[in-house]
Amino acid sequence: MLKDITIGQHYPTGSFLHKLDPRTKILTTFAIIAALFIGMNFLSYTILGGFIFICIYLSKIPMKFIIKGIKPLRIIIMITFLINIFMTPGNIIWGYGRLNITREGLYQGSFMAVRLIFLVMGTSLLTLTTTPIALTDGIERLLKPFKKIGVPAHELAMMMTIALRFIPTLLEETDKIMKAQIARGADFESGNIINRAKGLVPLLVPLFISAFRRADELAMAMEARCYRGGDLRTRMKQLSMSSKDFVSILIVGLLLATIISIRIMT
Amino acid sequence: MGDMITTDKLLYQYRTNEKEVTALDEVSLNIYKGEFVVIIGHNGSGKSTFAKHLNALLLPASGDVIVKGLNTKDEDRVWEIRQTAGMVFQNPDNQIVATIVEEDVAFGPENLGIPSEEIVKRVEEALKSVDMLDFRGKAPHMLSGGQKQRIAIAGVIAMRPDCIVLDEPTAMLDPSGRKEVINTIKKLNKEENITVIHITHFMEEAVEADRVVVMEAGKIILQGTPGEVFSQVDKLKALGLDVPQVTDLAHELIKEGIDIPSDILTVDEMVKKLCQLK
Repeated sequence: MLKDITIGQHYPTGSFLHKLDPRTKILTTFAIIAALFIGMNFLSYTILGGFIFICIYLSKIPMKFIIKGIKPLRIIIMITFLINIFMTPGNIIWGYGRLNITREGLYQGSFMAVRLIFLVMGTSLLTLTTTPIALTDGIERLLKPFKKIGVPAHELAMMMTIALRFIPTLLEETDKIMKAQIARGADFESGNIINRAKGLVPLLVPLFISAFRRADELAMAMEARCYRGGDLRTRMKQLSMSSKDFVSILIVGLLLATIISIRIMT
Repeated sequence: MGDMITTDKLLYQYRTNEKEVTALDEVSLNIYKGEFVVIIGHNGSGKSTFAKHLNALLLPASGDVIVKGLNTKDEDRVWEIRQTAGMVFQNPDNQIVATIVEEDVAFGPENLGIPSEEIVKRVEEALKSVDMLDFRGKAPHMLSGGQKQRIAIAGVIAMRPDCIVLDEPTAMLDPSGRKEVINTIKKLNKEENITVIHITHFMEEAVEADRVVVMEAGKIILQGTPGEVFSQVDKLKALGLDVPQVTDLAHELIKEGIDIPSDILTVDEMVKKLCQLK
């Protein structure tokens, strides 16, 4: 049951997008997110939507898989849509008592929903095409220049790596503890929300104790292997930007510039 | 043979609930280059605490630990000492850092600041020496306990240590995993001439050591070749320690008046000696 949870799922196809440097993908994803917030009209969204669909096509990841990523968010998307429809003042199209649907609301709501969908698509494309380890490497390199102003680049990346490393271990352990408690008569599945929350205590307490013990042992093992922070460290795998990375950044840069100019002009 | 590690009157104490506990009580031991030493003892006999002193994870309250001429109290040389005396721990899950096997093996050399081409070479060599090269791209949580422990050993080997300290590396493994790990350790000792200090409570693992050291209540109470140590069956049993089954059998046979030596350690040896009887 717990095995179904996947964080930062990676879908290897060996496509052009998979082969890009993680730094390129992180930067361009941020640019797309920014563009989605800057451009707020039909034209910009058509351009951005087209771009995102081209990227999905290039990634060779089945569309079904991308849609699966949006599914868990459908309630949030619906709520955003409805709130915008009813709460935006303007020309009333249809009304019942105090509930009024306005033309502006309909417009605004649709845009919000599409924006959310595009955001999820864009960011999941990043995690689907990049291995977690490449992602943390990319983040570390990108944050390195900010080290001087106190951004702990290496530490953040190390924390992410360790978290990713221990997710399966802790899930397995949760499963084990759950079964042990069920064998002794614990009930995790019936009762109201409060009872169920209470039922989690005998699961969480041993899990936390064991996680702290693991952390302690891991720290000792890391020290035994001469870990002393990021200053003197070298890396086995070095990231290198090639011409296709620069071209990709250029294209997305131009796209962002286009969206900004559309915003200024209208 | 030169000294690899020397401890001189090593004393270590800690406090629990206002009570002073002496974990190590003036332990003096010499470990020679290329030697395979097995340390056995109960839980709480101080053997793990002793291991942690050998690469400066713990520092002695009094006395000295000298690793290849370096005193572990010398703070500036701590990283050199840890590189010289690598350490493998009991729980394989809690010592693997990275999400991919080869990245984890590279962790040690990366910490030492070795250039990346050299790391790639070392990782390959280390994985080959523990016979795990085929698993280089796998995620550690997909491997068996014995395989994980071999990865942990490879992670130490990649740092090119002179000596490996293994703190009950087989305690959490099933018999086949245990065999994998033991064979790997033996191979490293024989072929790469790495000094091995193996801490365990499985007596069978001590049989092929150059020297067995028995610890009890923070003291070394017995040491010698496996034959010398295990032939003292009564003394070991009085301490609540097991002896290898075959040695125990020999002991019982001697009691029954059968004339065989008391230091038989393996089944083959037993067969040979019994057949010589007339």
